[in-house]
Amino acid sequence: MKKIGLIGIGKMGISHLSILGAHPQVEVVGVVDTSTLVTDIIRKYTPFKCYDNYNTMLNETKPDAVIVSVPTKYHEPIVRDMINKGIHVFVEKPFCIGAEQGSELIEIAKKNKVINQVGYHNKFIGTFIEANKIIKGGYIGDIIHFSGEMNGPVVTKRKEETWRSKPEEGGGCLMDYAAHLIDLINYLVAPIKKINGADLISIYSKQVEDAVYSLVETENGIHGNIQVNWSDETFRKMATAITIIGTEGKIIVDSTELKVYFKNIETPKGYSKGWNTKQINQLSTQVDFYLRGEEYSSQIDYFIDALEGKNANDINTFKSAWETDNVIELIKNYKNN
Amino acid sequence: MQRILFGDNQFFGVNHVSDEKSRSQAIKFKEDKTILKTIDYAIDGGIDTFMCTTHDRMINIADLMRNSLGKYENLQIYPCLPYAHKYANAVTELGIMGTVKQYVPGNFFGSILKGGVAYLSKDYISIMELMVDAELKMFKGLSTPVIFLQNVITDLLLGLGMKDIIRAYHQYIIKKYNAEPGYITMNLPKMISLLDSIGIKNPIICTSINVDGFRMSGGKELYENTLKNNEVRAIAMQVLSGGSTAPNKALEYVCSLPNVQSILFGASSKENINETISLINYYDEKYAMHIA
Repeated sequence: MKKIGLIGIGKMGISHLSILGAHPQVEVVGVVDTSTLVTDIIRKYTPFKCYDNYNTMLNETKPDAVIVSVPTKYHEPIVRDMINKGIHVFVEKPFCIGAEQGSELIEIAKKNKVINQVGYHNKFIGTFIEANKIIKGGYIGDIIHFSGEMNGPVVTKRKEETWRSKPEEGGGCLMDYAAHLIDLINYLVAPIKKINGADLISIYSKQVEDAVYSLVETENGIHGNIQVNWSDETFRKMATAITIIGTEGKIIVDSTELKVYFKNIETPKGYSKGWNTKQINQLSTQVDFYLRGEEYSSQIDYFIDALEGKNANDINTFKSAWETDNVIELIKNYKNN
Repeated sequence: MQRILFGDNQFFGVNHVSDEKSRSQAIKFKEDKTILKTIDYAIDGGIDTFMCTTHDRMINIADLMRNSLGKYENLQIYPCLPYAHKYANAVTELGIMGTVKQYVPGNFFGSILKGGVAYLSKDYISIMELMVDAELKMFKGLSTPVIFLQNVITDLLLGLGMKDIIRAYHQYIIKKYNAEPGYITMNLPKMISLLDSIGIKNPIICTSINVDGFRMSGGKELYENTLKNNEVRAIAMQVLSGGSTAPNKALEYVCSLPNVQSILFGASSKENINETISLINYYDEKYAMHIA
């Protein structure tokens, strides 16, 4: 049984809390939020104990680990405080605002030997996991080019503003949305290290971009492009799709379907030369509690297992999330210069 | 409840196993009359229940039904509320407070309307009731004997252990709408025990049940045992696991299970609708002893 505290009950926080609440190896020892409306509801209707500041929660409950799901600008100070105290951390994406902040946290986490994970849930979706296995197994040969697309209906008209519409607080399509796609490309292809072109476009937002179009290059010199638009209402919900072309084949993958073309007869088991299609029901992992998607439960399961020493804690580490922060900064700087 | 219920995912571009198919369906069903025509195929095939989300487009469909001179008089509608993506997208954009402000009807901060009073007195149950009313307004005048809570909300409340809210929803649906409350969930075993713990017996629960074990949290075997050992009126959904399993194998499996009172399916063509209906009828005859 692991004692977990949760800091921040926004959209992701409430979802994590529900998953943790149903988790047989977890005791949720305290929940922290500064909004009295939110803590009032939690206090009144759930069995969880509420706090309006995290220090009191830490002192009273002594958690083994915390989930940090506050607005992005608070990630760095809160995570720093936790790992300095030797508390294991799962923090929401993106990791930090700016690459410098994150690199210090990686060092502290390493020094204090804390389990660290960032909430890039796509890496727990069966289709992307399978695509990664095929790529890393060399079955599509050397990667020639990649193209990533991500769309959704988040900001579809001019409206009232929250922290997500303030660039200095981690708002905007690049940091809040495109981060998912960048992180996935870093995982499937290789970390992006160079930007060869970037357009950040505001469609409905006043202060931040609603779309990001960029030509990018990985550390091993592979070129690709990304296009992200969170103001596209032709998509019912967030949709992420990546096409990867290799010397021996091609992959088209999104969160529901994996399509692979193999040029040769050397394919992974269960595939054959030519086109192959697998759908999420053939690739998803069974979870004990489901809310919105297997991946949200799977990433929490992975974190809890890491706390119990049952895995290597090498998926979505601070380090890999920091690589993503880096790319975000590169795209921003390219645009500003 | 009827044995076969017709669903609406295909009309609104909801496809759990293909984003691509989802888009082509959204294009196909752009016109409301195309949706109605497909519902007509289901009615012609002998189905008299349409289970649908409180999607914005249902406002028009419900209008067309009301204005069709009694053509849909015998059609029962099982609304499923809320259309969760509307709220999920709003929460990302507006925050939790902003979403409540946007969707709770009436002048939220006014003190005269129920919403304002409810907020100021922190009467969250009344806010929930107002949101239920707002979602169900579109079905006024149509027959809605069972009203469902969508899985995103059911499962969120389940994980949070919000028993009082679930009980309040349950009582409100009975009292205000003279209907039976139902629950869509991806967590059948856990939901049955939660409902049982608050005194709700023999509940109507709509959940993924399929031969592949897809989205059956805790595993297929646990579901089979849960169905066998509990008093529950289960509705099987995602019986074709999103469309990639052979229909005869998939339907034989659900027809063979105890306590599966109804089967929910959606299809876009007359051929598929009729094929599914006849397969269910065929396997029901084969497993006749299981049907209540």
